Amino acid sequence: MAPQVHIKGSIRRHLITMLLIGAALLAVLLYFVVQSVARQIAQESQDNILAASATAILDNAAVIDGEIMIDLPYSAFSMLGDVSDERVYYAIRLNDEFLSGYEDLTPIRSNGRSPRTFGSMDFRGEEIRTASLQRPIFLGAKSGTLDVTVAQTMDGQRKKLARFSLMSLMIGFSFFLLTALLAAVAARSATRPMHRLAASVSRRGPGDLRPVEAPVPAEMAPLVSSLNSFMQRLKHSLAESEEFIAEAAHRVRTPLAVVRTRAETTLRRVEKPENRQTVREMIRAIDESSRSAGQLLDHAMVTFRADHLEPKDIDLPALVIDLVESLKPLSELRDVELKVGALEPSQIAGDGILIQNAVRNVIDNAIKYCGQEGRVDVSVLRQGEHVQLVVEDNGPGFPDDPEQNLLKRYARGENVAGIVGSGLGLTIVDQVVRAHGGTLDYSNKTGGGACVTLSFPSC
Amino acid sequence: MRHLILSLLLSLVLVPVAKGFEIEEQSRFGPGETTNVLRVLSTADLAFIRPMLLPFLSKYPDVAVEYTVASSSEVMKAVFDESQSYDLVISSAMDLQTKLANDGLALSYTSQATQSLPDWANWGDQIFAFTQEPAAMVLSNKAFEGLELPRTRQELLSVLRQYPELFDGKVGTYDVRQSGLGYLFATQDARTSETYWRLSEVMGLLNVRLYTSSATMIDAVVTGELAIAYNVLGSYAMNRADKTAFTIVLPSDFTTVMLRTALIPVTAKRTDLAGRFIDHLIERTNEAGPSLLQLGSADDQVDENSLRRIRLGPGLLVYLDKFKNRSFVNEWESAILQE
Ligand SMILES: Nc1ncnc2c1ncn2[C@@H]1O[C@H](COP(=O)(O)OP(=O)(O)O)[C@@H](O)[C@H]1O
Ligand SMILES: [Mg+2]
Repeated sequence: MAPQVHIKGSIRRHLITMLLIGAALLAVLLYFVVQSVARQIAQESQDNILAASATAILDNAAVIDGEIMIDLPYSAFSMLGDVSDERVYYAIRLNDEFLSGYEDLTPIRSNGRSPRTFGSMDFRGEEIRTASLQRPIFLGAKSGTLDVTVAQTMDGQRKKLARFSLMSLMIGFSFFLLTALLAAVAARSATRPMHRLAASVSRRGPGDLRPVEAPVPAEMAPLVSSLNSFMQRLKHSLAESEEFIAEAAHRVRTPLAVVRTRAETTLRRVEKPENRQTVREMIRAIDESSRSAGQLLDHAMVTFRADHLEPKDIDLPALVIDLVESLKPLSELRDVELKVGALEPSQIAGDGILIQNAVRNVIDNAIKYCGQEGRVDVSVLRQGEHVQLVVEDNGPGFPDDPEQNLLKRYARGENVAGIVGSGLGLTIVDQVVRAHGGTLDYSNKTGGGACVTLSFPSC
Repeated sequence: MRHLILSLLLSLVLVPVAKGFEIEEQSRFGPGETTNVLRVLSTADLAFIRPMLLPFLSKYPDVAVEYTVASSSEVMKAVFDESQSYDLVISSAMDLQTKLANDGLALSYTSQATQSLPDWANWGDQIFAFTQEPAAMVLSNKAFEGLELPRTRQELLSVLRQYPELFDGKVGTYDVRQSGLGYLFATQDARTSETYWRLSEVMGLLNVRLYTSSATMIDAVVTGELAIAYNVLGSYAMNRADKTAFTIVLPSDFTTVMLRTALIPVTAKRTDLAGRFIDHLIERTNEAGPSLLQLGSADDQVDENSLRRIRLGPGLLVYLDKFKNRSFVNEWESAILQE
């Protein structure tokens, strides 16, 4: 059948792989982005609450009788312990002079002039987040800066981040799954036009060499346009070879026909019996070569037409009658009685020229090999879904050599004994029958004589 | 003089001054010849702890307990400044316990028992509450004969205003400058309601007497020296034999509830025994049922809605701040001393 296609890789698989790799990269990226955003938000919220605490302390600082008083509100620290049991440290300084809190907690100084600065540091073996806020304060004549630093451990923060981390992992993973699904769908839909093209091309009849006209995606345009131009060339060369076959047949047959006519004219004029015999043999030889040449050309023609079969309804009995009529002169020349047997009305779908050619070859063989006082019967029978064309003769039959396949090209039986032939007849018949979905059977009848059956599906 | 003591107390809290701390009582329970000795430093006296200690000893017969009683400030001094090696610190001074844990002087401990505690009874797996002890008004039955007993601070206020001659010099409360617990109760009262300040002023006008312990205040009520003791540890009053002389009132506007807590200091040697004792304290108090830490059998009066448990946590550090302490004490003095 169709020649094997060598496959290397798959566009769809490639596409899916690339998309999956992309999705995986994006998922990882997403994971890190979500995590870093979460970290930032968590940090900001902790910073805000630390700043709020420091602000509450600063707001409650006042100078009374030249002395600084700070009425720390309960909420300043209780708000820090709201979410989790974090440790809280603080330090209050006036112009770098320690006033209250934890003396070893040093404020973080920013380079800029911002009154709030945040930072992370190690304090008593634990990581803490600190917020330092400043406020100018007037103590009698001199003024100073009150600095409040509030710090908090980060256990809760860490727990929160671990939760966020898990969450972003899940987001990344589900993103990946979703993209994988989309990738599969995308790959499928991307290759769909290709499948559609392949289907539409293989659905075509053998003779259908029209260019593909359905719109295709841009990427497939080069393929389709080269396919179209390929078909164009094919169509052209097919037309050429058909022409060549017809031309060749004509060129071979015409001179042979001229020679035959001359030989017949000569036969009429020749009187000596031995000379007449020679001329008659000459005519027969011309006929045989003409037929052999014809068969060679037929073989080529059949090969060509069978590949591009365009079936039409054929009335088989009518075809048989016509053929038998045209072969009558030949059978008479051989002293063979050619008769039409039962002709059951039947129709098959096929190429009329090919069928005619096949049937002619079978009848021709029967006439050729049936010998002296031969008889050939042609009949058409209906067998259920099939139509059978049977050609019987009363000759010696097929040689019974099971090794030899007479259907092969140039294969001839050992019973030919000087009978001219090309060995292509049955080859052609077999080819035609198979092109029409039928079968060829040849066998010998029990009472002697060959029987060739062509059976076609009826329509 | 008072200022001197106050600044001393504060310096103990904030500025280390290394001197030996003062012990009130010390005794040893359990077998004499054992290496399993649990050293407990506590503010709760022996009478208070004995009912909790004895079942522990019979549960672990090979464990001995060395029990040392000291005031809350001395306990703080021992652990914070002197790094004395105790396995367990039990204290009613929630603020000081919080400070110990916050400053990294407590070890973390988790067990099934600690995990069963409600949120408010466990801070950072380091401080574990095992009692709830309400601040009560203890009223002399004799002094209130023929009078309706006040149930709220407002009612107390109006009874004081109505009969000043009856209560002059007969109202007692903690001296917040000398008692850590008194300071804790006062600051929480002030935080919860402005009524506290009005009450303080009225008490000041009536020449309030100041005490340093619940026990002496209750004594004074029993002897008739006092008609009213305000912010007394209800658990102490409840356990007295001479209960008939007074009535314990848990103010129904709000009742401040102190949580007695235990923690394992970083200097502990037998953390295993300490953990066992903590579990024992929690489980023992849990026996009471779903209300968990029992309210020292304050009976029918307890209304969950009026309870204000003092919250463990950094909020308490505020009152240990030098400035906050100074401004609170100033305000308290001007309200209550009326000089
Ligand atoms: N009717 C027949 N009777 C006997 N032998 C036959 C008959 N038809 C075909 N054959 C045998 O089959 C062979 C192949 O036939 P074919 O392909 O037509 O070749 P060709 O007729 O040119 O020899 C013949 O050579 C012959 O041996
Ligand atoms: Mg033949």
